Amino acid sequence: MRKRSWTFYVQALGLAGFYLFALTANGWFLWRAWKLYQLGDAWVPALVLGTLLGPIFLLFSWILSLLFFKIVLRKREAVIRPAPLGINPSEEIIVEPVLGQPSKGFLLATVALASVGLWALVALGWQLYYGLGVTGLNTPVFWGFYITNFVFFIGISHAGTLISAILRIVKAEWRRPITRSAEVITVLVLFFGAGNILLDLGRPDRALNVFLQGRLQSPLLWDVCSITTYLTASTLYLYLPLIPDIALLRDRAKGWKGKFYELLSLGWGGTHEEREVLERCISIMAIVVIPVAISVHTVVSWVFSMTVQPMWHSTIFGPYFVVGAIFSGIAALIIAMAILRRVYHLENYLRPIHFENLGILLLVMSCLWLYFTIAEYLTTWYGGEPEHMRIFYSKLTGNYSIPFWTMVVTCFVIPFFILASPLGKKVYGTVLSSIPVCIGMWLERFLIVVPTLVRPRLPYATGTYTPSWVELSLFAGCLAVFALLYALFTRIFPIISIWEVREGKERAEEEVVARIRTYFPT
Amino acid sequence: MDTSPDSSRRDFLRTLFAGLTAFFVGGFGKARGGESKDSRHGKPIRPGEHRWGMVIDLDKCTGCGACVVACSAENNQMLGSPEEAAMGRIIRWLKILPMEEGEYPAVRQTLLPMPCQQCDDPPCTKVCPVYATFLNNEGIVGQVYARCIGCRYCLNACPYTCKFFNWRKPVWPEEMQGSFNPDVSLRPKGVVEKCLFCHHRLQRAKEEAAAEKRPLREGDYQPACAEVCPAKAIVFGDLNNRDSDVLSLSADSRAFHLLEELGTEPKVTYLKEGAG
Repeated sequence: MRKRSWTFYVQALGLAGFYLFALTANGWFLWRAWKLYQLGDAWVPALVLGTLLGPIFLLFSWILSLLFFKIVLRKREAVIRPAPLGINPSEEIIVEPVLGQPSKGFLLATVALASVGLWALVALGWQLYYGLGVTGLNTPVFWGFYITNFVFFIGISHAGTLISAILRIVKAEWRRPITRSAEVITVLVLFFGAGNILLDLGRPDRALNVFLQGRLQSPLLWDVCSITTYLTASTLYLYLPLIPDIALLRDRAKGWKGKFYELLSLGWGGTHEEREVLERCISIMAIVVIPVAISVHTVVSWVFSMTVQPMWHSTIFGPYFVVGAIFSGIAALIIAMAILRRVYHLENYLRPIHFENLGILLLVMSCLWLYFTIAEYLTTWYGGEPEHMRIFYSKLTGNYSIPFWTMVVTCFVIPFFILASPLGKKVYGTVLSSIPVCIGMWLERFLIVVPTLVRPRLPYATGTYTPSWVELSLFAGCLAVFALLYALFTRIFPIISIWEVREGKERAEEEVVARIRTYFPT
Repeated sequence: MDTSPDSSRRDFLRTLFAGLTAFFVGGFGKARGGESKDSRHGKPIRPGEHRWGMVIDLDKCTGCGACVVACSAENNQMLGSPEEAAMGRIIRWLKILPMEEGEYPAVRQTLLPMPCQQCDDPPCTKVCPVYATFLNNEGIVGQVYARCIGCRYCLNACPYTCKFFNWRKPVWPEEMQGSFNPDVSLRPKGVVEKCLFCHHRLQRAKEEAAAEKRPLREGDYQPACAEVCPAKAIVFGDLNNRDSDVLSLSADSRAFHLLEELGTEPKVTYLKEGAG
């Protein structure tokens, strides 16, 4: 037995912890199925969901085991103490935010964002003390801003993992500098999505009842299961490609940061075998993450469409929400990339071609969004059922006509005409079309949640809804704290994947040429 | 008699498949399809099994509001302030709703007393994530205040908007502190509540019947609204009792249910206006 460093024990403990988590997740489905059977309640959904999601957690455990046994515990003595990994001079600009001192502007932004966050904490305390009465919600508008934000944030989370996974699978070489910034959005924004559900609960102190008394036939439980899986998957998917970059930083950083990187780098030495293991793990995760991501926004939409309420009870909601999610996700990614490029002077890495390519994706999603919107509204209008028409007209010509037409302009008209014009090739052109898309997609979520509730089936229970200062503050707080965490992430980890870009520069050219040769007759 | 092994095996397989199918179909939930709705269709009613229902005769209803007051007082509902009323946050388990029929010049206004419709296939219980709302075996849709997490999914799933949420901690004027109904718990802030057909009265009636060692009789149990209605427009009783008024009235030619087309099968039946 050779002497191990402290990092080994922490890593082993982490692995054991994850095994326990995966087993608990699997056992939980069985336990719920048994309990629901005893109650005489529907127990099949628990088994179905457990069969679908349980193995995914076991797969994650297997991936972590691969990392642990193949990288942490690798056999060959020569690589146990790997030679320090170097950072090329051209890559210094990427690690500068991590290793250098924060600038004045960064500190100012941090203080500004943190104060908005603190203000939101005050609002949260206010709401916890006085109850949901401090919101603008009422009978029959039982859901409002929080649920809108929940759907919106979960939608934004599709930026990262889904886009990066798809681009990785189709071997789009231009993905290399942008995947990391996308994946971070996913992981961080998911907390705010799930957090908004907690904000919306009348009894947040009883939130654990969802696990202790969970009925798997409720679409809310589908969300809980799906989002938990997605959060685990996207965190793992963010971490895997980070390992080689953490190793680079480990060899440069001093003090507590150095120790932190040493722990997370798993003793990465950069050998060929390690790379093979890592790349295998990444490609498995890229495949697994896509159905999980799609399931997340599908079940979010099912929360609405499983009810019989007019203009919620629609079969198109699953794909409609997924498309909207990817749409708003790409827009959020473009905005984040433009800010990073400007603030950290990454013009050489985040080049106009990346924005142009993402702009094309955005344009495609914009057209798809229009297609789904027309499909949804035209079928409603043509059918002409009175309960549906009341809501339909409240959106098109009534109380909600201003947000509705703003949504159409911001989700389709502006992005379509900018991106289809030569402006779409410019960085600012794509940013100018992304900002309205984010606003428009928020409005779309709002227009799905609220107008249906304002006009329920029985005509005399109509209501109105104006958000209160608490709801507005908490929304602002979510946005600010998200931006803050994102900024902090860029100070701890490189926001551009150094090793992937390096690999792309060194190897991708030959690989692509060789690949293209295989497409054609010799 | 055919006793070949082949036929007995066939019988065995048939029983096995029937059993397995019933087992799995049952696993999808009680209120799915015709077979499992035992008390309603098909299966014989076991003695002592009740299915509580209500008939509201709109011809007799004068819209006096006595039922609303009785319901509020009986079930310790908060009075509420004018500001809350303006926001639409008043909790009344039983409301009298104005319903307009027709268009000018032939407009008619009807008043519709509306408690929870006590569906046999309730959309609200399906979606509850924590089993805080459920259909009990006497047909009453219950609500467990101590378990409800306040997600308000059931309120949104209910097509009748018949459930209510405690937006804040309920308060009462000083003078009312001594006049609460001790049989009904006060609800904390942040939970959902609803009409339970005065379930506490049913429990009391059952206890009294048990003390007197007799079965529960028709008329032992009446919710507060039915008891006070001066016009006798609200009739309450056991739909499993073949001699009950509520059963014969709900088969009346004037009988209708709210949003019948949704298939929720309410146990509150209305009798249309216009008989006399």
